[in-house]
Amino acid sequence: MPNPLPAHPLLAHYVVAPDGFDEMLDAARVPRAHWRAVLASLEHEAPELMRQRMEMVQHQVRENGVTYNILAEAEGLQRAWELNVLPLILPDAEWNGIEAAVVQRATLLNKILCDVYGEQNLLREGLLPPALIHANASFLRPCHNMPHVDGVALHFYAVDLARAPDGRWWVVADRTQGPSGAGYALENRAIMTPIFPDLLRELKVQSPAGFFRTVHDSLVHWGRLCAAGGDAPSPLREGEMPLIVLLTPGASAETYHEQAYLARHLGLPLVVGDDLTVRSGVVYLKTLDGLHRVHVVLRQVDDEACDPLELQNPLQGALLGVAGLTHAAMRGNVVVANSLGSGLIESDALLGFLPAISKRLLGEPLKMPSVATWWCGEPPALEAAIGKLDQLVFKPSFPQLPPFAIFGQDLAGDARAAFIADLRANPNDYIAQERIRLSQAPVWTDGAAGAAPGLQARAIGLRVFACATPHGYVVMPGGLTRVATGPDARVLTIQKGGASKDTWVQGGVGMEPQRLQKPGIRGQDLVREDTNLPSRVAEDLLWFGRHTERCDNICRLLRVALNILFNVRSQQRGVEWPTVEALCAWFLLIDEKQPGPAAMSTDGEIEAALLQAVVSPAVPGLARQQERLHQVAGRLHERFSLDNWRALNRIAQPAAYPDTLPSQSEVMTILDDTTAALMTLSGFALDGMTRDLGWRFMSIGRHLERLQFQSLVLQRALAMDGDGSLDWLLELSDSIITYRVRYRAQPEWLPVLDLLLCDETNPRSILFQVHGIQRNLRKIALTHGACGEHLLAPLNDELRALQPDTDLNPGNAGLSALLERIQLASAALYDQLGVQFFSYTDDGQQRNRPS
Amino acid sequence: MNDISAGAAVCARYRVVHETRYSYQGTVCLSQQYLHLTPRSFAFQETESHLIHVDPAVSDSRDGVDYFGNCTRHLSITLPHDSLLVHAASTVALRARPGLAQIGGTPPWESVRDMMGKDKSAATLEACRYLYASPHVPLFPALEAYARQSYTPGRPQLDAALDLTQRIFDEFEFDDKATDISTPLEQVLQGRRGVCQDFTHLMIGCLRSIGLPARYMSGYILTHPPPGKPRLIGADASHAWVSVHCPGLGWVDFDPTNRCLVQHEHITLGWGRDFSDVTPMRGIVLGGGAQALDVQVTVTPLPLSAEG
Repeated sequence: MPNPLPAHPLLAHYVVAPDGFDEMLDAARVPRAHWRAVLASLEHEAPELMRQRMEMVQHQVRENGVTYNILAEAEGLQRAWELNVLPLILPDAEWNGIEAAVVQRATLLNKILCDVYGEQNLLREGLLPPALIHANASFLRPCHNMPHVDGVALHFYAVDLARAPDGRWWVVADRTQGPSGAGYALENRAIMTPIFPDLLRELKVQSPAGFFRTVHDSLVHWGRLCAAGGDAPSPLREGEMPLIVLLTPGASAETYHEQAYLARHLGLPLVVGDDLTVRSGVVYLKTLDGLHRVHVVLRQVDDEACDPLELQNPLQGALLGVAGLTHAAMRGNVVVANSLGSGLIESDALLGFLPAISKRLLGEPLKMPSVATWWCGEPPALEAAIGKLDQLVFKPSFPQLPPFAIFGQDLAGDARAAFIADLRANPNDYIAQERIRLSQAPVWTDGAAGAAPGLQARAIGLRVFACATPHGYVVMPGGLTRVATGPDARVLTIQKGGASKDTWVQGGVGMEPQRLQKPGIRGQDLVREDTNLPSRVAEDLLWFGRHTERCDNICRLLRVALNILFNVRSQQRGVEWPTVEALCAWFLLIDEKQPGPAAMSTDGEIEAALLQAVVSPAVPGLARQQERLHQVAGRLHERFSLDNWRALNRIAQPAAYPDTLPSQSEVMTILDDTTAALMTLSGFALDGMTRDLGWRFMSIGRHLERLQFQSLVLQRALAMDGDGSLDWLLELSDSIITYRVRYRAQPEWLPVLDLLLCDETNPRSILFQVHGIQRNLRKIALTHGACGEHLLAPLNDELRALQPDTDLNPGNAGLSALLERIQLASAALYDQLGVQFFSYTDDGQQRNRPS
Repeated sequence: MNDISAGAAVCARYRVVHETRYSYQGTVCLSQQYLHLTPRSFAFQETESHLIHVDPAVSDSRDGVDYFGNCTRHLSITLPHDSLLVHAASTVALRARPGLAQIGGTPPWESVRDMMGKDKSAATLEACRYLYASPHVPLFPALEAYARQSYTPGRPQLDAALDLTQRIFDEFEFDDKATDISTPLEQVLQGRRGVCQDFTHLMIGCLRSIGLPARYMSGYILTHPPPGKPRLIGADASHAWVSVHCPGLGWVDFDPTNRCLVQHEHITLGWGRDFSDVTPMRGIVLGGGAQALDVQVTVTPLPLSAEG
């Protein structure tokens, strides 16, 4: 017998619950074998190291922008993902048991789905009460007789497990629509790998990466079968890949970050309902190249939100999903994974019936029990439940009922009587469940609030994932361990707070899952362009370019204006100040100056307004523009690398100034940092992104915005009364260094105009933008036809024809007119692009007017 | 399931023309329509001919059968258009249904209720599809209270159904301005007015709230012009009524809007749990802006022999 744990300071606050299972310590409080290595390594480390690890995790989560959208909060607040530094460790033998049970359960649930949406033998044989199907709003009648390629309706499955005090695992819930969490599990591992590289190796922890290849390969397999089947067969050549898309509800979905991460990891276009269209029973992706046939829709969207024509309750308002998707799937022209209607078997009311169904359909007992559950619609179950009310928790039987969890032990007196009366009146609506006693595992706490750093116990639950393959189900080695906020928790949800853990499954050099696809890409299949660029994504990229540039413009304008305000006394300001002021007013950073001395704004007022414009999203200005940039970037999540995202996340301002305004030095730091971060972003755009079609739209967006800004600024500068200083103009145009290097003198009009208007080597000049746009338009035109280059060609000629000595002076009225025409042409070009490429993206869908 | 009618003679024939026209303010570039406009054939009805004409031309059209056994058609139109015409013309022959005399001695309603969920016969299992709340028919205590006035203890199932049909006719006022298809059932029950859909949903809700299955029947009814006046084209409308399950007899139809046991003047399109399962024309269009809808239904009696 090993000795009990020595009184190590790390374990000083670790309380073993007397009647629960502890993942780390056995009943004699001795560390379990698979935890000894971890504890040994922690014991011999300086406590400081663990704190550093924790900071690394938090830093990485922030930098990767791992978030979870909290729906309860207004405005879709994003919460940073919480990942505890200590993993949950599962030894080889134990995992084998879990794995076999999950494979069995997925197989069983798949068979139930196929039966209920097919012959309904389970109802005929009395193995399922009819109410559980017919009274369940998740039973989608339009999906009856849905064809299932290879007999698979449940392609991707997640199951929530909890460990009872006796050490056995129990199933708490099945997730069968678009299960979430696998992407977070994958990302957890990516974050943890550099933190514990040695332990991962020493404990022979299996990698989850192979599982995702299996997911992808299986979908490709079914995509090929689907292309060759259905009623519109169009078999794929060898090496030609089926088009698989990941359907998301959109950027406001709780797990949008995860969906984007998965799409990027699996290399799938991330699409929303509006990106797809159904024509003659076939699903298409709306791309810049036109409509591309979709073979597989991997959905992270609930059943009812997939098809407004057939699945959505018509009494609901906004149209959700892809009209006609159900019909396309019924005709076998697309594989929807999971099959539409699969939410039906998430119902807890089914749990009590699974043992008998398993014997009937699989000929074997369930390998892992579900938490004991009774459907109160059966009279004996109702009576039994009322008899032991205190030991049970009551939940709704059907998804259409509002969610609740009523603990019998919490009910007394009138409330208890009223509840029992309601149970008897509507027994079908209730299930009764034994309370779950969760196991506990150690978390590292940093000793905040005066406590010593060390290990503390927290309740945990484990979500495990499985995917279908043509040869049966495969389980991801690992999972998402969810951690409750305290040592004991009766309900465990990520939504209500609580964190996650990486899950380490031991098993050493376990076999890599067999790959279904032989390498099949040959020379003729090489892809140089993203031919599946959704029109909506192209439009978002164009706007991303514009918003990036707008941020930069506003940031520079604020810097120029504040610099003058802070450093030049008002009597000493030249005629350039009214022009800068007018520009600020034009961009709504300050109020429009009213004529007449009475309305003259004081410096104090202007300064307050400008500071506000820097930090407050409530007024037009930098903070609001940064929000817009982030919003559009959020919709493009999967298009940007993690490095790129880190730069984007640095642009987001912490909301540090809710009431008070920043000081002069603080505000200048914000502006400098933002400019620098925007430079990094431009660097990524220039050096880190493929020059594909999407990039060209982004680039056009940037050039167009800069063209409009620069021509407006120049036009205003030309209109200055008399001889104002030109330093501010060069500053605003980021051209002051070039000017000084070239001329080593005070700015004068001729060289300034040459530099900002006609110098095609200056990335801020008008001509540079015109050339940039033309270059991109010509590239796009090669594959998509002429798209507006003619709008800029005459302006290009005019700019080139400008003669320095005669034309480049402020007195030249023709210059101002030319700048005016440039602004009009840019607006016209934007319209043209909209008509030509983004007309698909209008969201003018509507239902038939009811009679 | 409706076995008692086997061999019954044709008692009526009708020609039904159901024309639906949507006019759009702007241009529709994609229209997907899901139709329940084809009369289904069953024990009491035979669809002799049926044709749907659509303008503009459809790019795709698929016939199918839904979960409830109704005939469906999926259409898609990809030609840009600013109006859509769907013209459905059918000829149907009806067979005699059991009359008042034959539905007399039915079992007490409680015995029907108690069979549900227990009996595993095909007929009972099928009836269970129509036993629970559905999108247009939520269940609530006031419905049960209203039903119980007709469904007194031990009363024969169809006798009670006839009484409920009568009461709804007497106590509710037909008013096509009071409700639309999204008006909640609670409001219909409280306001005591509505149209055939409302009365049908109401009666279905009453039956289900005491544990009895009930179907929503979608179709048409023959109307009678005032004496001496000709039958007007397009003056008829879609109609809805209730079908009640009775072991042994099968499904028996009651029309609370017209206070009658359905005999030979109701033409059936199909049935489901409520309107949402058998909406004649459910559709999604892309574009179009504001819509105007015009529906014309004409039911014309035909001579009994098909040659007539």
